[in-house]
Amino acid sequence: MFKGDFIQNLPKIYGTYTGGFLVFIILMALAEQAGVSAKNIGVMFVAFTVLIYALIGYLSRTIQVDAYYVAGRQVPTVFNGMATAADWMSGASFVALAGGVYFGGYTYMAFLVGWTGGYVLVATLMAPYLRKFGCYTVPDFIGTRYGGNLVRACAVFVLFIASFTYVTAQINATGTIASRALGIPFEAGVWVGLISILICSMLGGMRAVTWTQVAQYIVLIIAYLIPVFWISSNVGGGIFPHLMLGDEVARLGELEKQFGLVKNSAADMKAAGVPGGLKYISGTHSGVPEGGMAVWKYLSLAICMMVGTASLPHILMRYFTTPTVRAARKSVAWSLFFIFLLYSSAPMLATLSKLALMDPNLPTGIIGKSISEVQSIEWVQRWSEVKQVFIADFNGDGILQLNEWFMRGDVVVLATPEVAGLPFVISGLVFAGGMAAAMSTADGLVLAISNALSHDIYYKIINPKAETSKRLLVARVLLVIIGAAGAYIASFRLTSILGSVAWAFDFAMSGLFFPLVLGVWWKRATREGAIAGIIAGIVSGTVYLTWVFPKFSVPIWGGVNTPFLGIDHLRFGLIGAPICLVVMVVVSLMTKEPSPATQKLVDDTRIPTGKAILGKQH
Amino acid sequence: MSNKDAYWNKTKNHMIVTLVLWAFFSLVIFMFGSELNTMSFLGYPLAYYMTAQGSLLAFVIILFWTANKQEKIDEEHGFSEREDD
Repeated sequence: MFKGDFIQNLPKIYGTYTGGFLVFIILMALAEQAGVSAKNIGVMFVAFTVLIYALIGYLSRTIQVDAYYVAGRQVPTVFNGMATAADWMSGASFVALAGGVYFGGYTYMAFLVGWTGGYVLVATLMAPYLRKFGCYTVPDFIGTRYGGNLVRACAVFVLFIASFTYVTAQINATGTIASRALGIPFEAGVWVGLISILICSMLGGMRAVTWTQVAQYIVLIIAYLIPVFWISSNVGGGIFPHLMLGDEVARLGELEKQFGLVKNSAADMKAAGVPGGLKYISGTHSGVPEGGMAVWKYLSLAICMMVGTASLPHILMRYFTTPTVRAARKSVAWSLFFIFLLYSSAPMLATLSKLALMDPNLPTGIIGKSISEVQSIEWVQRWSEVKQVFIADFNGDGILQLNEWFMRGDVVVLATPEVAGLPFVISGLVFAGGMAAAMSTADGLVLAISNALSHDIYYKIINPKAETSKRLLVARVLLVIIGAAGAYIASFRLTSILGSVAWAFDFAMSGLFFPLVLGVWWKRATREGAIAGIIAGIVSGTVYLTWVFPKFSVPIWGGVNTPFLGIDHLRFGLIGAPICLVVMVVVSLMTKEPSPATQKLVDDTRIPTGKAILGKQH
Repeated sequence: MSNKDAYWNKTKNHMIVTLVLWAFFSLVIFMFGSELNTMSFLGYPLAYYMTAQGSLLAFVIILFWTANKQEKIDEEHGFSEREDD
């Protein structure tokens, strides 16, 4: 099946797969009608999809180095776009993005702009040139362009910090979803998730991850869009919500005025026993906060996410797999198109979900009703039991106010289908989608880390004479170790200590953005400049993070510090990246200009035609 | 000026144009968020629309446009890759 004309048959194969998945959804809907329990439907959705991914992973097994590292460089443009979109959209994007918009409104949506705008930087500054270079990993480019083991090791170090921060969060998400869908404890869910991730990637490396990611994209986008369109027509938002929710957004503004946006004091919330992680609405949905600081907060977050996107190795390496340089460029555009389908739907889902709960004219509305009535609603009871929603009657009037309703952000995606009266089969589908999103990102990240360690550290530095079979064995062993380490940390639920997914972006931009960009765009950049820049960037960024983040600053610096210019722990890349740039430029100018051979190498990188800088097998 | 240098100059200028468009849709318009929000588009307040959907769509369009334009530059200078490469 994966021989010869497999690539030509891709549209047929994935077309059949999509059709098969839709048939499976219909079968599940019929099973629900026939009285199969909600829990069993959830189990079947997750089990069926994970088995398919495992099958793809097994069929894509390989013993070729370039198939293992870059999928043989034959992934067509559109399919690479889908794989990148799945690689990109994490479990957090899938279950938490709409919740973020629900609570944060306009301010939160700086993430949406940041996580999409970054692709313009990827396409113009990086992807085509890295593809021409012909590297297997991101540190492979840095190591060859600047020359030397030290700069290569520095790049691997930054890659490791950024990707590992990210991967524990993904394995955590996989575990959460597996545990909810399969009804097993969280710790067991984490290991089930890990095994699923490893089956998809271990035998076939990048080739297997590519073809499972395409399959996972199809599942996750169906699972996200069907509920959005269905809910929209159920709550009267129109059949095409993206273009038709203007009135609903305006209505939310009226309702916010009617109910009033009240801030609860921390003491009140503590006294009422609001569980951790639950939030309430205290800001406007579409209003823009006034003042220069608010504008700067929005822009600075968007900048960090955009520049971070363009530096994350697990995304950049997806563009090493296309057949040509022009395919790499087009592929970035397709990636963003596929990402856009989900990201533009998240604010719509948030709007619909908010309206369904807030509008007293809708049968689903709960705000402004009596608390005893709300507590008797079935979905409220079910989600209260697992501490995902909470009611605190602060003013004691027995009526549910806007600031008295608490819920976890994930509930927006996971429970809105239920709230809007959709059948359970849709909730099962959402579980499968969340699982696909978390698994695909975890796969890409684990592979990025283990590839850098096996190719750049083991093969390029420790044992350059290693045979193919030994290299691939080392790569696979490292894959299992990295995955297990991530799962081990995730199983302790240390993610609150490891911090936010946003940190991965800040780490990557602090240490990798300018060395990558200047490597292509500035011939004068030298090895010494790159080494100094990477170290200065990552160290200054990390030190600033410890200084500004209260959980670190109290033990290390002995107190809570006010962020400098509003640059808080989500934005510390704004410290690291500029320092990296300045140090890199100054040191480069102080040292001898790169050799003619290196300059020729940069010249060749800039031109799409001709041989790749690094050979097919290296 | 050699063909390679001419090609690189054009590519550089094209990169700058693309990044100006990018900066406009990602940064410049959000400097004027509260002013834009007094206008409306499809019934949405404009700044809300841009951050929820408009800028995202603009990035997609910019990316397809920029890839096509760069392919033209490749062709003009004879650096276009063969389809079967």
